Amino acid sequence: MSAPEHRTATGAPRRRHGGGRGKGRGERLMVPEAEFTSYYGRPIIKPPVWKVPDVPAYLYLGGLAGVSAPLAALADLTGRPGLRRLGRIAAAGGATASVGFLVHDLGRPTRFLHMLRVLKVTSPLSVGSWILAPFGALSGATAAAEVLGVTPRLARASGLAAGALGPALTTYTAVLVADTAVPAWHEGFRELPFVFAGSALASGGGAGLLAPGDVTPARRVAVAGAALELAATAVLERRIGFAAKAYRTGRAGTVLRAARAGTVAGALGALASGFLRGRRGRALGAVSGLLLNAASAATRYGVFEAGMASARDPEYTVRPQRERLEARRSG
Amino acid sequence: MNPVNSLSGPLADPAADAGYAAGHPPRVGFFTDTSVCIGCKACEVACKEWNALPADGVGDHGAAGDVLGLTGMSYDNTGGLGASTYRHVAFVEQRVPARDSAPVDLGMPSTDLPGAVQPGADREDATEVRWLMSSDVCKHCAHAACLDVCPTGSLIRTEHGTVLVQEDICNGCGYCIPACPYGVIDQRQGDGRAFKCTMCQDRLGAGLAPACATACPTESIRFGPLDELRERADARLAELHDRGVGEARLYGRDPDDGVGGDGAFFLLLDEPEVYGLPPDPVVTTRDLPSMWRHAAGAALAVAGAVAAAFLGGRR
Ligand code: SF4
Ligand code: SF4
Repeated sequence: MSAPEHRTATGAPRRRHGGGRGKGRGERLMVPEAEFTSYYGRPIIKPPVWKVPDVPAYLYLGGLAGVSAPLAALADLTGRPGLRRLGRIAAAGGATASVGFLVHDLGRPTRFLHMLRVLKVTSPLSVGSWILAPFGALSGATAAAEVLGVTPRLARASGLAAGALGPALTTYTAVLVADTAVPAWHEGFRELPFVFAGSALASGGGAGLLAPGDVTPARRVAVAGAALELAATAVLERRIGFAAKAYRTGRAGTVLRAARAGTVAGALGALASGFLRGRRGRALGAVSGLLLNAASAATRYGVFEAGMASARDPEYTVRPQRERLEARRSG
Repeated sequence: MNPVNSLSGPLADPAADAGYAAGHPPRVGFFTDTSVCIGCKACEVACKEWNALPADGVGDHGAAGDVLGLTGMSYDNTGGLGASTYRHVAFVEQRVPARDSAPVDLGMPSTDLPGAVQPGADREDATEVRWLMSSDVCKHCAHAACLDVCPTGSLIRTEHGTVLVQEDICNGCGYCIPACPYGVIDQRQGDGRAFKCTMCQDRLGAGLAPACATACPTESIRFGPLDELRERADARLAELHDRGVGEARLYGRDPDDGVGGDGAFFLLLDEPEVYGLPPDPVVTTRDLPSMWRHAAGAALAVAGAVAAAFLGGRR
């Protein structure tokens, strides 16, 4: 043995992970499980420094505002003043609070205007800031006119403009988290926009259920959103491979299971409230709407936590990359 | 300038891609040959000194240190790269099969103890320790995710093809931090802004090599135009393979890899993850066009759902 052969080396930094894969326990493995190695178990990527509740709240409120605005604009056009008023206030309030959380999360909050220093399409946060800023201004003006009861024509125009921007506000945040090296977020980049869209519809529609007068459109929006969120989450967990474990285990798993239960219950309640007359229907609708909003916020928090967990554990980074590499090597 | 090229794939000249006119300086980088690293940490200290960086505790890098700031990770009490640590020397101790050492007759009287290893005899499952040491640094990626996602324009490509944070612009949004596939850039506690290796931009302008490369006593860290470094690295790899060091490999050299090739690349003696490096990193913005398409589709679904909810009469 003249040439040193070190391929069988083992040592302190090696950590073998036998047994279970993230999914498909019953599956037979066609290739032997790759040995997972790390540097003293330390994370490979840096976990985000984004804070709780700032960033999950920013994600949730953007969704709520983004759906409330078009809901209010169409309620205005179709003569539903109760839904219009509530939607306008939710849109402005959500956008304002969302900006507040975003600024609070900055390492240098006084430099928040640097967000609008350039427009970069490669930066979802830059694009998002350029959506959020005009949306905030338009929805704020609309809500001010609503509350003060002035310039209804102008409010209609600004409300429509905010309503047109709203849907973009609900989904850019999914690109924001997916456009990172965080395995649980990046691997889900196809599904997360639909998860966030569904979650936003459920919360915006749910908020609309609190309005006086006819809330039928809000109810439909809420139920459709809940269905979309549940479906998109199921697809996400099935498709993203090893990273799905981050959505199923730990705190993220617990929160997301609770969110799912809340979404199902809220959607069923919203649906049922449409068949009940008078006071009882209103009350059930309102409770369901609040439940849907709590569930939507929990979904965002759960997705956030799944990403954090997958960033902290090097296995999420190493294992899929190693498998990709081995697959490429073996042709 | 090919807009697709700007997000992923081979990129001959990142500075030109960023808009620098022809005649800009050549792309420079580091070639870190870990096979000659002696773990002296001169690079770490030289970097701290030149860049006036504080010693940050291991706690700042997420490792759980004790009261003395010791990690228990061999001689590595730095922990990792961070906002005040732009060079980090990794220490790995491995138990490996003992190499068959040539018998040396010391001319000493020997009493054969039971189980004693005879000189020149088969040592079977005897083991010895192998040391791996490697000085890690920002890779100055050809396609730098940190730069792509920075919303303020604080992160820029320099005329030398490196990646630099302009600290007077950074607002501490923290986006660059999880975007980096290597876990390099971080937020400085108490300051709020993001910091990482500058490749000593202030020395490059004066025609000097970065402090770490200047201080390295074994020339494990080599600095120079990237083209030259790649040639030297290829030659070194061939030399090691000739000498029977089959496990030597280059990491980050290939312009076809997931980040378009690193401006700072390495010669390693084991798999990248052993040193805490990702085995197959990909710049996250490679998938950004698809992400925007999916987000647009989802936004249209939202608009459609809200509009459809108003169809039909009222009840
Ligand atoms: S290694 Fe990370 S911090 Fe350095 S240029 Fe690449 S993406 Fe940016
Ligand atoms: S923390 Fe600073 S450098 Fe990093 S993305 Fe934000 S503004 Fe850019």
